[in-house]
Amino acid sequence: MINVAALTFYILSGVLLTSAVMVVTSRNTVYAVLFLILAFFNASGLFVLAHAEFLAMILVVVYVGAVAVLFLFVVMMLNVELGSLRESMRRYSLIGGLVGGILGIELMGVVIAWNTSPEALDLTSAPLVNYNGMSNTQSLGNLLYTHYALIFQGAGLILLIAMIGAIVLTLRTREGVKKQKLGDQIGRQAKESVRLIDIPSGSGI
Amino acid sequence: MTISLDHYLIVAALLFTVGGVGIFLNRRNVIVILMSIELMLLAVNINFVAFSLYLGDLVGQIFALFVLTVAAAESAIGLAILVVYFRNRGDIYVDDITMLKG
Repeated sequence: MINVAALTFYILSGVLLTSAVMVVTSRNTVYAVLFLILAFFNASGLFVLAHAEFLAMILVVVYVGAVAVLFLFVVMMLNVELGSLRESMRRYSLIGGLVGGILGIELMGVVIAWNTSPEALDLTSAPLVNYNGMSNTQSLGNLLYTHYALIFQGAGLILLIAMIGAIVLTLRTREGVKKQKLGDQIGRQAKESVRLIDIPSGSGI
Repeated sequence: MTISLDHYLIVAALLFTVGGVGIFLNRRNVIVILMSIELMLLAVNINFVAFSLYLGDLVGQIFALFVLTVAAAESAIGLAILVVYFRNRGDIYVDDITMLKG
């Protein structure tokens, strides 16, 4: 008898891994981005199963709402032709499979050999039992705004720097484009814009 | 049967491996490489959250939050660099990026 939580875990992780493989092997980059969105949805389902509701919602908001849409914008803006993609995939599949196989085997070895040392439980700095009766969001906020306030500010600073960097990188001033310059318009004087010409009668300019 | 820590660790390990292989397979397309990096960071986050649940420590979720922040910043900067590179070159082949050396 398999219980509902286990069944949900298997469905979510199965779809997650399948869509991750599709992201990597998909021929069309737009499809890859859509599969990435599916992968993030399933990962947030896994987070909900692991009682991390706030992170699950943040994952949907930040990744699906912002990062994936940003990817989609860039993919559609760049209009990359994909003719030789398949050939390149074949060329690198050997070394990719080799490195991936070694990495996978090593990680599996770690997982199989893993066991928690009894001392590890003494090292917990914010035990979940202290937050009984609080929602996940509330307890995270309690910890984040007190003990980790400085690091939280640092994370905000990283986002600010990333924003400034992205704007500076992509901003460009193009030559030869007629563009409204408000400063020039406001700073214009009557003296330099109107010219009175005395034309003698009987002759042209 | 119940879901143990090992289940989460195996899923995260497989996801990390898929992301790593993706970097090798898509040498021509930087966008897919960036997406593979996102997948690897997601695998790391799954590990953090699973350990947070099974060791009963909330700090794992805090750290996952910071990983999320850095990942978002990284992908924004990466895509900005990509747009500038495409504007200069007209393609995004990884093999030709060595020309940036001048």
